[in-house]
Amino acid sequence: MLLIQCPYCGLRPELEFAYAGQAHVARPADPSTTSPEQWAEFLYLRNNTRGIHAERWRHVRGCARFFNALRDTTTDHFLATYRAGEPMPAIQAVQQP
Amino acid sequence: MSGRRIEHGGRVDRSRVIRFTFDGKTCSGFAGDTLASALLANGVRVFGRSFKYHRPRGVIAAGSEEPNALVTVIRDEARCAPNLRATQVELYDGLVARSQNRWPSLDFDVQAVNDLLSPLLPAAFYYKTFMWPRAAWHKLYEPLIRRAAGLGESPTLPDPDRYSQRFAHCDVLVVGAGPAGIAAALSASTSGARVMLCDEQPEFGGSLLDEPTATIDGKASGDWVRDSIATLRARANVTLLSRTTAFGYFPHNLLGLNERITEHLPAPSANMPRERLWQVRAARVVIATGSIERPLVFPGNDRPGVMLASAARTYLNRHGVAVGQNVVLVTGSDAAYSAALDLRVAGVRVALIADVRTDAAGAPLDTARQAGIEVVTGATVLGTRGRLGVREVTIGMLASGAVNDTRRVECDALLVSGGYTPSVHLFSQSRGKLEFNEARQAFLPSISAEPECSAGSCRGVDGYAEVLNDGARVGAESALAAGHSVAAQQYRVQSREFSMHGLPGVLPQANHLQPSRAFVDFQNDVTTKDLALAMSEGFESVEHIKRYTTTGMATDQGKTSNMNALAFVAGELGRAIPKVGLTTFRMPYTPITFGIFAGYDRGDLFDPVRPTPMHDWAVQQAAVFEDVGQWKRARYFPRPGEDMHAAVERECKAVRAGVGMFDASTLGKIEVVGPDAATFLSRMYVNGFATLAVGRSRYGILLRDDGFIYDDGVIARIAEDRFHVTTTTGGAARVFGMMEDYLQTEWPDVKCWLTSTTEQWCVIAVQGPRARDVLAPLVSDVDFSAAALPHLGVTQGRICGVPMRLFRMSFTGELGYEVNVPSDYGLAVWEAIHAAGQSHGITPYGTETMHVLRAEKGYIIVGQETDGTVTPDDAGLGWAIAKSKPDFVGKRSLARATMHAPDRKQLVGLLTADPRVVLDEGAQIVATRGQRAPMKMIGHVTSSYHSAVLGRSIALALVRGGRARIGETLYVPMPGGEIPVQVTATVFYDAEGARLHG
Repeated sequence: MLLIQCPYCGLRPELEFAYAGQAHVARPADPSTTSPEQWAEFLYLRNNTRGIHAERWRHVRGCARFFNALRDTTTDHFLATYRAGEPMPAIQAVQQP
Repeated sequence: MSGRRIEHGGRVDRSRVIRFTFDGKTCSGFAGDTLASALLANGVRVFGRSFKYHRPRGVIAAGSEEPNALVTVIRDEARCAPNLRATQVELYDGLVARSQNRWPSLDFDVQAVNDLLSPLLPAAFYYKTFMWPRAAWHKLYEPLIRRAAGLGESPTLPDPDRYSQRFAHCDVLVVGAGPAGIAAALSASTSGARVMLCDEQPEFGGSLLDEPTATIDGKASGDWVRDSIATLRARANVTLLSRTTAFGYFPHNLLGLNERITEHLPAPSANMPRERLWQVRAARVVIATGSIERPLVFPGNDRPGVMLASAARTYLNRHGVAVGQNVVLVTGSDAAYSAALDLRVAGVRVALIADVRTDAAGAPLDTARQAGIEVVTGATVLGTRGRLGVREVTIGMLASGAVNDTRRVECDALLVSGGYTPSVHLFSQSRGKLEFNEARQAFLPSISAEPECSAGSCRGVDGYAEVLNDGARVGAESALAAGHSVAAQQYRVQSREFSMHGLPGVLPQANHLQPSRAFVDFQNDVTTKDLALAMSEGFESVEHIKRYTTTGMATDQGKTSNMNALAFVAGELGRAIPKVGLTTFRMPYTPITFGIFAGYDRGDLFDPVRPTPMHDWAVQQAAVFEDVGQWKRARYFPRPGEDMHAAVERECKAVRAGVGMFDASTLGKIEVVGPDAATFLSRMYVNGFATLAVGRSRYGILLRDDGFIYDDGVIARIAEDRFHVTTTTGGAARVFGMMEDYLQTEWPDVKCWLTSTTEQWCVIAVQGPRARDVLAPLVSDVDFSAAALPHLGVTQGRICGVPMRLFRMSFTGELGYEVNVPSDYGLAVWEAIHAAGQSHGITPYGTETMHVLRAEKGYIIVGQETDGTVTPDDAGLGWAIAKSKPDFVGKRSLARATMHAPDRKQLVGLLTADPRVVLDEGAQIVATRGQRAPMKMIGHVTSSYHSAVLGRSIALALVRGGRARIGETLYVPMPGGEIPVQVTATVFYDAEGARLHG
C-alpha cells in the first residue's frame, strides 16, 4: 500500500484515496463554441502513458479534496502531488535518482 | 531409539512436564519444548510421509525452514490446523498432533508404493501421463490426483476464532531478534526513536540461544539476551513482538506481520484473538533475518535421521536433546564443527567428521581432532541405509576428482551442512537488487529499493562480534535517517566460532547415473534426476525449471532447497550461478492463515448494512427486504397467507383508493448552500433553478458531460441560498462526488458548499387520496390547503412536535407528501403517522409496490429505464431541459445531431395483447413476426408488472423510433413463442394528472 502526499493533509495511506482520471483536462469554458472534434477529445481521449503521468486523485476518505499528482506508471511511485489549479511541477526537478 | 534427553542443559524448564499425544500415543516433554524437540526426545524419527513418493521423513531443521515435519494440530473439530511445522509448534499440556500424508500409519503407508513406481513418476509426469483419454481427466485422474496429492486436510467447520488487525507506525522496524536485530533495536531505541522489534520465535535471541558458551561484554550470551530484552521492554518507545513473522514487504515500507497470540496456550481465553495482522509503516526497516543452513545433496539424503548440523545444535543447546547417540557429520563448512563438538561434550559419540572440502584445514579440524574425533577431508557421501531411519552411511574418498575409496560408517544420526544461505527474502520482496558474492557463494543484498538496511548474517556478515557491531551500526544509522541521533555501541565477544562459508550444490558421485535418488527439494520431492530431466527436455531458465519440476514451490518456498537447485542447474549448464539467475522470492515468508486477512470482516461485519430508522419496525411487521447497495429496504409487507403478488396487489390498491406509507429514507440527500447555490445547480442539472421560488421544488435531471442521464431527483429551494437536493438511493455517493468534482476543479469560483445529509433525514412518504387527512392533525405551522401547498410545494413546520421539512410530491401519481424529519425522530414519527392513519386504513408499502405505482404513471427509474445511453429526450423528459441556459453539464453533447436522430431508442409503453401476460424485463423486441435468428432487435423491455388498478399487465420499453410507433404492434420473441404487444404512451393511469393535484 502506497503512501500518498495529500497537498492539504500530508502523507496518508493509499486506501484513503480514489483515482480520478487524467489531470489537466480542462472543461472548455464555453462548450457550445467547441467543434465536435474538440468536444470528443475532451470527453473521451486520454493518454495511456508509460512513464510519468499527470493524474487526479481525491482524498475521498480524508479532506475530500481533488488534487493532482505526477506518478511514474512503470514504478507506481508518486513523484509529486500539487493542488488543483497549480501548474504541473517541472518533472526533472522531482524525478527520483 | 536414537534421540534422547540429556541429563542437563538446554533452556527447557525441566520442572514442568507437559503431556501431549502424537498419532494417539501419549508422550511427554518439558515447558520450552517444540513438538519436534519433544518427539526427538521421545525417540521419534519418522515425522511424516513425503508429498509425492510417500517416503518416510524425519525432521531436518529446528526452525521455520523445516520442509518435512509437517503436522496437524487439533484442538477440536473446528480448530484443526494442518501443515504446521513441528519445529514451530510450541508444546502445551494436552496438545494433540497428528502426522500427515500417510495411511494407515506413519511406519506403514500404502501409498509408499509410489516410491517403487518412481521411475514412472518423473518431473511433470502429470503433464505427460494424464493426457489420454481426454474424458478421463475430470472423472478419474483429477479426483485421484487430488486425493493422493496434497499435505494436511483443512477443517470442515467454520473457523470459530477471532482474528485481529492493527495498523502501527514507527521510526525503525527491526525484523529478527537475533544478535544483529537486538543490537539494532538497542541502539535505535537509545536515540529516542520509536522502535518495533519482531521475531517469529517465542523467545528472543535467535542463534545466540544455541551458543551458551559465548560471552558478550563479559556476560554469558543467554544473560546478555535476557538483559537486553529487559532493557528494551522497559523503554516506552519500544514495542516487542515475539511469535510474530514479518511475512511480506509492501511498497513504501509497509510490512505485514503475523502475530500468533493463543496458538501456544493450552486453554486460550475466549476473548483473546487467535492471531493478529500488523500492518506496520516504518520510516526505516532493519532486516536482521539471519541465515539458514543448507543441506547437502547426495543419494539417500532424505532418510530420517539426516539433519542439519545447526538443528542438532539447537536441539542440544536449547532443548537438551541429543538427536542421536552415534553421529556422523558431513560438512562443507567450518561452522558445522561446533555441532559435533557440542554433542561430543554432551557425551554423544561422534563416529566421524567427513569434510567434503579437500583443502579443509585449521582450527575447526584441529579442535575436533583434539577432542578425539576422527576427521577426514575430501570426502563425499555415496549413500545411506536404514528403512525408517539412517543406520549406516557410505563415505567415499575423493582423489583427483574420482572416488577411489569407500567406507561404511554406522550412525543413528547424520548431520549435514553445506554452509549458510543468507535469508534475503524480505529484502528481495522489497524489490531490492541482489548480487552474487563469490567468496560467500551466496546472493547478498545490493541496491535498496526501499528505505531499509540489512544487518548481520542476512547480508553475509560472519562472527558474533561483527554481527553485533553491524546491528548496532545499522540501528543507529536507521534512527538517524528517521531523525534521531545516537552513537553505535561496540561489542566485545568471546566465543569459539567458525566461518559459515560453504559450498552449494551436489556432492560428487562415483557414477553420474545413480541408482538412488538425491533430493534437492524435500517438501515437493524433487531430485537431481528431475532437474536433469527438465534440462534435457530443453528447460534452461531457472524460472521454467522451477515450474516444471516444482522445486522451491512448496509451502517452505525452497528455504533449504533453492541454492542447491540453482547450483546444480548452474553446474549442469556449465554457467556461473549469477548467470543462471534466481527465482523470485514471494510472500508470505511462511504460510499464514486466511483468518488474519479476513480479520473483523466476517459475518455481519463482512459488508456494512445500512438500516433505516424504521428497519426494526418493518422487521416486526414481517416485511420482506431487498438489498439496494448496502441499504436494506422493505420490499413488501405480506400478511399471513399472502405471497408477493398478493401483497403487492393489496398495497397498490390501498394507495390508489385510500392511503399508504412508504419508507423513502434511503434517498440520497445533499444540502447545497451558498450565495451561488442556484447558479451551481443550474450548471449541474438540465433544469433552471434561478427562477425556482423559495418553497417550491422541481424534478431535476442530472447528465454526464456526454449527455446521458446519470441521476434524477427532486430539488427544493428552502431559502434563497439553500437547496435540498435528493438523488436516487444508489446514486447518492457518486452524485455527491461528481458535484464536488465540478465545484472544486471546474468552477472553483462558484460560492457554495455541499453537505451529504442522506443519513440526517428520515423520509416518510404518505401517498394516496387520504394522505392529507392523515397528516393534517399531526402537523403544526403548516397550511395544508392546495393553494398554500400545491404539488411540488415545500414548507417547514413541525410534526408531532418534531422539526420537519414537508415536500408535497408524488412518485405514485396520487396526492402525496414526503415528511422529512431528523433521523433520530424517524421511528417515532413513523409510528405516530401509522397510528393516526389507522382510521383511514393506512397501509405500509414496500419498494415493489412503489415500482408498480410509478410504472403505471410512466415515471422512470434511473438504472432501470436508463443504461448510460439514454438522453432526457429518449426518456420522454425533454420538457425538463431549460433551453435558455448557456451551459449545463451535458448540454454540448445534447447538441450533437445524433442525439436527435429519429431512430434513437425512445421510452414507450407496451400493452400485451393478452392482459394476463407479464413480459420479462430485459426481453428483446422485434418489429415483425417470424424472424429467424439473428433477428433485428429494435428495443427491449425495461419495466414490466401486473397493474392492480388496471387489472392487466403493463410494461415500459426502449424502442427505436418508439414514439412514432405508438399504436403499432410489435413482438417480443420468447422461448414459448412471439408475444404481440401494442406500443402506447408511457402513462397508463390518470394521464391528465388530476389525482396528483387533488
